[in-house]
Amino acid sequence: MLELTPTGVRVDDTFAEAFDMRGTALTITAPTKRWALQAATTMTGFATSVIACGCEAGIDRAVAPRETPDGRPGVRVLLFAVSTSELQRQVQNRVGQCVLTSPGSACYAGLEAGDEKLKVGAAIRFFGDGWQISKKLGSRRFWRVPVMDGEFVCESTAFMTKSAVGGGNLIIMGATPAKTLAAAEAAAEAICAVPDVIMPFPGGIARSGSKVGSKYKGASASTNDAYCPTLKGAVDSALDPEIGSVLEIVIDGLASAAVAAAMRAGLSAILTLGPERGALRVGAGNYGGKLGRHHYRLRELLP
Amino acid sequence: MKPLTFALRAAPPQRLDLSPLTPANLSGKSESDINAIELQTTRERVTVGDVFQVRMGEADTVVFDGGSERFDRVGSALSAGAVVVEGDVGVEAGRLMSGGRLMIRGDAGAFTGSGMRGGVLEIAGSAGERLAGPLSGETVGMAGGLLLVRGDAGARAADRLRRGVVLIEGRAGAYAGSRMIAGTLAIGGEAGDLPGYLMGRGTILLGRGATRLSPSFGDCGEHDLVAARIIADFVARESAKLARLFRRRLRRLAGDLAALGKGEILLPRA
Repeated sequence: MLELTPTGVRVDDTFAEAFDMRGTALTITAPTKRWALQAATTMTGFATSVIACGCEAGIDRAVAPRETPDGRPGVRVLLFAVSTSELQRQVQNRVGQCVLTSPGSACYAGLEAGDEKLKVGAAIRFFGDGWQISKKLGSRRFWRVPVMDGEFVCESTAFMTKSAVGGGNLIIMGATPAKTLAAAEAAAEAICAVPDVIMPFPGGIARSGSKVGSKYKGASASTNDAYCPTLKGAVDSALDPEIGSVLEIVIDGLASAAVAAAMRAGLSAILTLGPERGALRVGAGNYGGKLGRHHYRLRELLP
Repeated sequence: MKPLTFALRAAPPQRLDLSPLTPANLSGKSESDINAIELQTTRERVTVGDVFQVRMGEADTVVFDGGSERFDRVGSALSAGAVVVEGDVGVEAGRLMSGGRLMIRGDAGAFTGSGMRGGVLEIAGSAGERLAGPLSGETVGMAGGLLLVRGDAGARAADRLRRGVVLIEGRAGAYAGSRMIAGTLAIGGEAGDLPGYLMGRGTILLGRGATRLSPSFGDCGEHDLVAARIIADFVARESAKLARLFRRRLRRLAGDLAALGKGEILLPRA
């Protein structure tokens, strides 16, 4: 364990272990900022973990009207999955059920380049029942699907990257749930400002960190008992006696550098808040370094 | 970078086929090779050297210093680079071009941009009939790229348009966008009789309506179309005037209902 920080928050000499993922970005627009955000929020719902949600998704940032293809307010969302086919399925289902249905919405590719293309409008267009219209402008093709409030405009395809990374993380340990949450909130807020990353859990924060495997057949993951404060005296605990609550921030990014930048920003915010108001200690989750290709050492991310 | 320039000596004695004078064909050729290129369209032989004074330069950009309505097939099959004509051209300029940029600073004849597949073709003056259209026997007209006419266009502009964008800032003749398969045609001024005649799909914007609209288009009412905003953004790179029209509230006429009927005429609110 390191005692490195001047603010008195202890930082473990460990690393976060993260994995290669498939990732894509979409820009969703609407007549107002509110409805762009609503469509984006709905389509990134139930997308906290690939374990049961099929993908991990979240809002990257708001996009100003001058930056969107149709000049309306927009929101950029990121989606991550473990395979191209699963990412394709998730994009198609989520755009079809959550963006197409949202009043006044339109959906565009959010990456200008990538390894492969995913079908977006090219799949959704069939909702038009023959009345859909293709509009190719330069190298971009858009589909216009007649809907009850006008037309749903959706770019035909969106680039996908194979260089995405999922599973960057910070484990935040504090004396009380309130102080731990304050530190996690500060970290999540700081990470929100980092481009090309999302934190898929509620508000960016997970309270039920998991370990691989379970005593029960059929469960691939189970509670991370080593970090459960109520089991401190019953298991081989990773916690000190003064730790009363643990929260985790999980980060997915379109590139490894973005995940590192996000972890650095989060760590800096936790250290700035200090141990009196926030966390006593920060760690990171890994599997011994053998499962994930990307390792983010906390000591290298210190401000 | 100095362009390869063909300065016109005098009005040509016959129609000329200038299709060999593209960057791809001229690249790597010596001055004497270029001067010997044959351009005649009759039995009387005419070479480049007879008509032009050649000023050597980088063949990426070919400039015709002076034009003539006898200059046929200028920039034909252009695939990359630029061709600039400081004057008028004859028929089939930019026919089958697939890339690059062709700029005509005067007027152009019939079949300009016929069957083009890509690139940008700009005419500072006006264009003749069947702009971007197919020749006899061909089933498809323009299938990609962008064609811009600052002036007026003749009859049957964008006939059988398959893909791509045709922009006419001035007026258009009769049957603009006839038999359109898809693609986008925008006309800033008034169009002649029956625009969109038998069109299957595609979009025609009429900035100032038409002398006679076909009864076989169904009025779908006025709308703020998100798609029109995207088109406006794309068009604005070449024509601010037409982009402004796409940004207005648009009356949508669906048709031609005498054919497939999945195309549209858009009429901007005045």
